[in-house]
Amino acid sequence: MKAHLSRRYLFSASHRLHSEHMSADENRATYGKCNNPHGHGHNYRLEVTVSGPVDQSTGMVCNLVDLDGFVEREVLSRYDLENLNTLREFVNNVPTTENLCVEIFEILQRGFPHAHLEKVRLEETMMNSFEYSGSGKPRK
Amino acid sequence: MVYLTRKAEFSASHYYHNPSFTAEENRRIFGKCNNPNGHGHNYTLEVTVKGEVDARSGFVVDLKQLKEIMTREVLDAMDHRFLNKEVPEFLTQIPTTENLAIAIWQRLVPRLEKAQLHRVRVYETPDLFVDFYGEP
Repeated sequence: MKAHLSRRYLFSASHRLHSEHMSADENRATYGKCNNPHGHGHNYRLEVTVSGPVDQSTGMVCNLVDLDGFVEREVLSRYDLENLNTLREFVNNVPTTENLCVEIFEILQRGFPHAHLEKVRLEETMMNSFEYSGSGKPRK
Repeated sequence: MVYLTRKAEFSASHYYHNPSFTAEENRRIFGKCNNPNGHGHNYTLEVTVKGEVDARSGFVVDLKQLKEIMTREVLDAMDHRFLNKEVPEFLTQIPTTENLAIAIWQRLVPRLEKAQLHRVRVYETPDLFVDFYGEP
């Protein structure tokens, strides 16, 4: 039988929202305080949901050791305690939580072989969160 | 269609072990969870049902009835129990959170009358949960 497994992780990072395609005034108008040139930080809560048949011999969708290991190695160690604007993927891409959510989804999609990736959900603060399930797929 | 979710909490112990694996395989696959003396969690259960809102009562489901079913079928059977030894499903299955969500779904489905079960969500910890939608 098919089940969905979700795991939550925590990382902290700084960013500045600023687009090269906008004037200084437009940047300020669009991003407000988030456009502060010195940047600011968040404690991000990441929620990864995978799905698949429950293996009868283990009772698991996938071994948590594999999921935790992958997320630690490929996501948390990349983003935790970093300035997102300094990373390659955000040189030409504003590090909004939308874009970060999509990046993390794609890292998992490319490299995690042990279960089907359903969704990445990213909380920037307790008040706002973002979800991505891949292009064109409706949310469950 | 309106969805209604009711939460409940229960505490139970369990351990992971497959008798067809060797001792070494059990330790490798299940790690600390293989300790035969068991360990415990405070589980949070979320049961979501769906249905049309009844024109007379304004309810999707009688919440009191849903609460009673959850108490009888899940909490009375699992709260403050050692799942491997005291819950019939887990005499033969490993009481992972996945199997727990499936077992709870199977216990609830035959008891619900008007409302249709949509999702069973079981939190093993605040950072780990399983959703089961009754999919084969």
